[in-house]
Amino acid sequence: MTRTNFTRRGVLRTGAVAGAGVALPTIFTASSAAAYTNEPTGGTVTLGFNVPQTGPYADEGADELRAYELAVEHLNGGGDGGLLNTFSSKALKGNGILGKKIEYVTGDTQTKSDAARASARSMIEKDGAIMITGGSSSGVAVAVQDLCQSAGVIFMAGLTHSNDTTGKDKKANGFRHFFNAYMSGAALAPVLAAQYGTDRKAYHLTADYTWGWTQEESIVAATEALGWETVNTVLTPLAATDFSSYIAPVLNSGADVLVLNHYGGNMVNSLTNAVQFGLREKIINNKNFEIVVPLYSRLMARGAGENVKGILGSTNWHWSLQDEASKAFVKSFGTKYGFPPSQAAQTCYAQTLLYADACERAGTFNPCGIAEALEGFEFDGLGNGPTLYRAEDHQCFKDVLVVRGKENPTSEFDVLEVVEVTPRAQVEYAHDHPMFAGGNLGSCNPGA
Amino acid sequence: MDAIILQILNGLDKGSAYALIALGLTLIFGTLGVVNFAHGALFMIGAFCAVTLSRILTLSFETVDPTQTDFLGQPLKVKTTYIEAWFGPEFGGAMIDWAVPLAILFAIPIMIAVGFIMERGLIKHFYKRPHADQILVTFGLAIVLQEIIKAFYGANPIPTPAPAAFKGSFDFGVLLGFEANAIIYPYWRLVYFAFAAIIIGGVFAFLQFTTFGMVVRAGMADRETVGILGINIDKRFTIMFGLAAAVAGLAGVMYAPINSPNYHMGMDFLVLSFVVVVVGGMGSLPGAVAAGFLLGILESFASMNQVKSIFPGIDQIIIYLVAIIILLTRPRGLLGRKGVMED
Amino acid sequence: MLGLNNKDTLLLIIVAAITLLAPFILNPFPTQSAMAQFNAGYPDLMQRFVIFGIFAIGFNILFGLTGYLSFGHAAFLGVGSYSAVWMFKLLSMNVIPAILLAMLISGLFAVLIGFVSLRRSGIYFSILTLAFAQMSFNLAYSVLTPITNGETGLQLTLNDPRILGQVTTAEGSIPVTSLFGLEMRSTYEMIFGPWSFQFNAGYYLCAIIMLLSFYIAIRIFRSPFGMMLRAIKSNQTRMSYTGLNPRPYTLAAFVISGMYAGLAGGLMASMDPLAGAERMQWTASGEVVLMTILGGAGTLIGPILGAGFIKYFENIFSKINDNILHSWFAFMPDGFENALVAIVHPFVGKGWHLTLGILFMLVVVFLPGGLVEAGQRVAKLFRRRKSEKTSDESAQSKPAE
Repeated sequence: MTRTNFTRRGVLRTGAVAGAGVALPTIFTASSAAAYTNEPTGGTVTLGFNVPQTGPYADEGADELRAYELAVEHLNGGGDGGLLNTFSSKALKGNGILGKKIEYVTGDTQTKSDAARASARSMIEKDGAIMITGGSSSGVAVAVQDLCQSAGVIFMAGLTHSNDTTGKDKKANGFRHFFNAYMSGAALAPVLAAQYGTDRKAYHLTADYTWGWTQEESIVAATEALGWETVNTVLTPLAATDFSSYIAPVLNSGADVLVLNHYGGNMVNSLTNAVQFGLREKIINNKNFEIVVPLYSRLMARGAGENVKGILGSTNWHWSLQDEASKAFVKSFGTKYGFPPSQAAQTCYAQTLLYADACERAGTFNPCGIAEALEGFEFDGLGNGPTLYRAEDHQCFKDVLVVRGKENPTSEFDVLEVVEVTPRAQVEYAHDHPMFAGGNLGSCNPGA
Repeated sequence: MDAIILQILNGLDKGSAYALIALGLTLIFGTLGVVNFAHGALFMIGAFCAVTLSRILTLSFETVDPTQTDFLGQPLKVKTTYIEAWFGPEFGGAMIDWAVPLAILFAIPIMIAVGFIMERGLIKHFYKRPHADQILVTFGLAIVLQEIIKAFYGANPIPTPAPAAFKGSFDFGVLLGFEANAIIYPYWRLVYFAFAAIIIGGVFAFLQFTTFGMVVRAGMADRETVGILGINIDKRFTIMFGLAAAVAGLAGVMYAPINSPNYHMGMDFLVLSFVVVVVGGMGSLPGAVAAGFLLGILESFASMNQVKSIFPGIDQIIIYLVAIIILLTRPRGLLGRKGVMED
Repeated sequence: MLGLNNKDTLLLIIVAAITLLAPFILNPFPTQSAMAQFNAGYPDLMQRFVIFGIFAIGFNILFGLTGYLSFGHAAFLGVGSYSAVWMFKLLSMNVIPAILLAMLISGLFAVLIGFVSLRRSGIYFSILTLAFAQMSFNLAYSVLTPITNGETGLQLTLNDPRILGQVTTAEGSIPVTSLFGLEMRSTYEMIFGPWSFQFNAGYYLCAIIMLLSFYIAIRIFRSPFGMMLRAIKSNQTRMSYTGLNPRPYTLAAFVISGMYAGLAGGLMASMDPLAGAERMQWTASGEVVLMTILGGAGTLIGPILGAGFIKYFENIFSKINDNILHSWFAFMPDGFENALVAIVHPFVGKGWHLTLGILFMLVVVFLPGGLVEAGQRVAKLFRRRKSEKTSDESAQSKPAE
């Protein structure tokens, strides 16, 4: 009996000593002591990497995570410094952010908005994350962006291509480096016109959810402006795995181009099915039948194997780019992991550096200070050439790549070849463009 | 007219996949009374048998080619497969090309073994347990199988092309007097349909015309009586399970070129195959096959633009809508037996 | 007490104590320690525990008592969430009308779906409910986007009318959900030595509602109505021969359990105002089935345990990455450390599904009655030991001179 008493008292005493004067209540509402949510107090700062780790986009998520780990290593002064050497802003010193060492937590979005929000909330509430980043679909990006806005932390979007992320669902605390459907259309249409002529009839198959619709709208608008005719647009269920019944009628429709507004698994299957039906060997209206995949993901395109050969599309970034920044990134990433990075990895790496740099320049982790530092920020040296983070909608403007499935790949990573680097001026649009209308950035929320 | 013929072809093709999966499922579910949530995983393993065989055939060694460089600027390592090195590019190349059909031979023993192990090791202990427990254990098993495949092959789809001889498509329209390109259909999908017909026919013949099949059918109808007659029905049920696994696996092998296999393809088919089995009627093999083709064809029709313009989004729900209508008009599905899994 | 017998009162008190003290119980490890990874005492997860607890309790009223296995229960959860978010958009940010509307609408849905589906029994019933739920999910994801906002999920905007509340706050952001001014996200953090405990207003609201739902569930289980439902499970034919029509009873059970699901959905939206379509997918319906079976179908406490078990693994295990593994095993020599990390790696982080799958199998193989059986076995073990002890004592005391 005495022994237990002794231990209990011991525990109480240590507790009292350690917690002397600690039991200070903190309330995460208006009347709090902290200036903003999760203000870092110790020698470290925590970032939250929220990526799909299960489900169909798990491989893409894994690549994003690799990029984040690499970015953290570089920011903390490890490795070869990566893009810290090429980045036009020299605020980063390789000693973490504002002298605090970067730590990170990871979570699984499962590519579901619910699960992604749960994971982000746990990072904010439990781990004290000051910034959330990552994701591989627009639904998740919009949902998490909304959460970060109300929680008062910064959201640096990962791979999200829908116009809505910086359009009708834009938020003051959210930032997107990745390009969007409008830019795909603007970059792709002139190349399509040059390669396939301006007298073409297009048939669209579109994944039946918000991203698919914005992409279809963008591509239709861009191609019709150059003289193409849109024969039909057909919505396909997201859950569809076999697209044969949607592809079979294409040949009889009089169309001579098939546009597949699909991403990921949907894209792999619809493209495979279309090639199976022999569409590419057909001659319609005295022209070779062509297939277009407006948004390419190299990781996913591998799943379609030989079927991607010669198919045009657009992408945010590709490892074969020859500018100094891209070469430096491929080198750091490739040396560490043994294979080249994907576009998702590049955007996530860039976002992490941009965030850290904004903190340094603002001299604070306060989301409002960071937002101010990022808004209207012009930079270069992260790949994609000179880039602007536009203040009005928090969208990055940079060059867009038009790519084609490579005919003679030399390795399993060598799937795409760059056809054209579309200059930034050509993909810019007014921030109140009708395709992006209806949203309201609101004001930045520091939480607390 | 040509559009309708085209969609019937599509329907038959989708239907053959549904029917093959439902056939195996109904052997386990409709007759052994086990709610097997791992059945989709068996289909997936079948597809990955094809992937594995093509990986084995393309095992390769690397030689350095100094004239080309890889993504880091180092000399490129060119891969040459052992098969091509041993048998020459012609024969070796042909073997790699024919990996999917060859995988049928490879998959049969593997799938039967998987089925045996599953039944003996796990399912056997669950015949007398409530259906709820069966769901939990087989769902757990399905997750485990999926994750194992994911650990080896990743989450992305893996291209598994059909032999070059079956690439391209066949122009039916010309045969029927339509103009060119009116009705074209890919060769491999026609092969899939024929393959499904053979397998379905084979299973029916096996159950109908062999003593073994007769005993099993008797066991399905009244397991106890057959047991009392001194027949070891347990052993035969194990074999049935192996057969069901093999049917699901073969359906998967042949499906690999149609859609690149990924680790969660089984889950995509799982719910659908349960719907097919139940719509067909519990305990009825012909019912399962009929329902598979029926739902396949209706799904294809629902995706026609003419239909979609009248009922937007009908292709999203057609299968479930048809299931509800059939189950409300025919209490035991198309050809269900009374008293099977009704309580 | 409260019309319960002693055993049930005790159970209710224990559950009440555990839920109210959850912020302490779930945060047993000091914040800075390596084991803090296993702490689950943060608002989001605690809310999820009790909300999915409510969902599972409701599901168990249908499945545990009548044996009708609904494979589409997530539809009611989704409908509840959508109604609640619409309430926040149109009316005000107060959670009470949102929760009430969620229950009402999901109840109506349950009447409709139940009326049709309950015409069949067994597997045919399961497939009918599954079909309804999948139809709801597919439509919500695509055609019904104006109502559901499709893939992204229904969320609040700065342009919502909110006729009884404020449209935007003074700072220009979207107002937060509250109970007559008490913000659902407000958290009181208590720091005690190296420990920190979070007391969240939203959690306590959910917890109190869960205790109420639990109490009602106990009353249903012990009532003549509950007896009738059990009779349906054991032998429906016999019941109809005695002149009782089972249909109204099953329909009532179905609607009650649908409203529980709607309540859970409404609460979920109240804690985090977003309603995603995935909430209605068959995987979500399957999850509540798994929760109930895993915990122990037909028992009172089982479903809550099952819900906690699955949500714990989903949220805690998925966040363990290699970095954390290395920090755990850092005290070992390098070779050992790497080997251990390599062994544990497949089961955590992106492998949390695998762990969950293995645990499903282990539980169902070794604990046929679910997690509740584990508790019973432990209790029995203690009881046996105690009785052995007493018998020992008596044996010792006997050989007296």
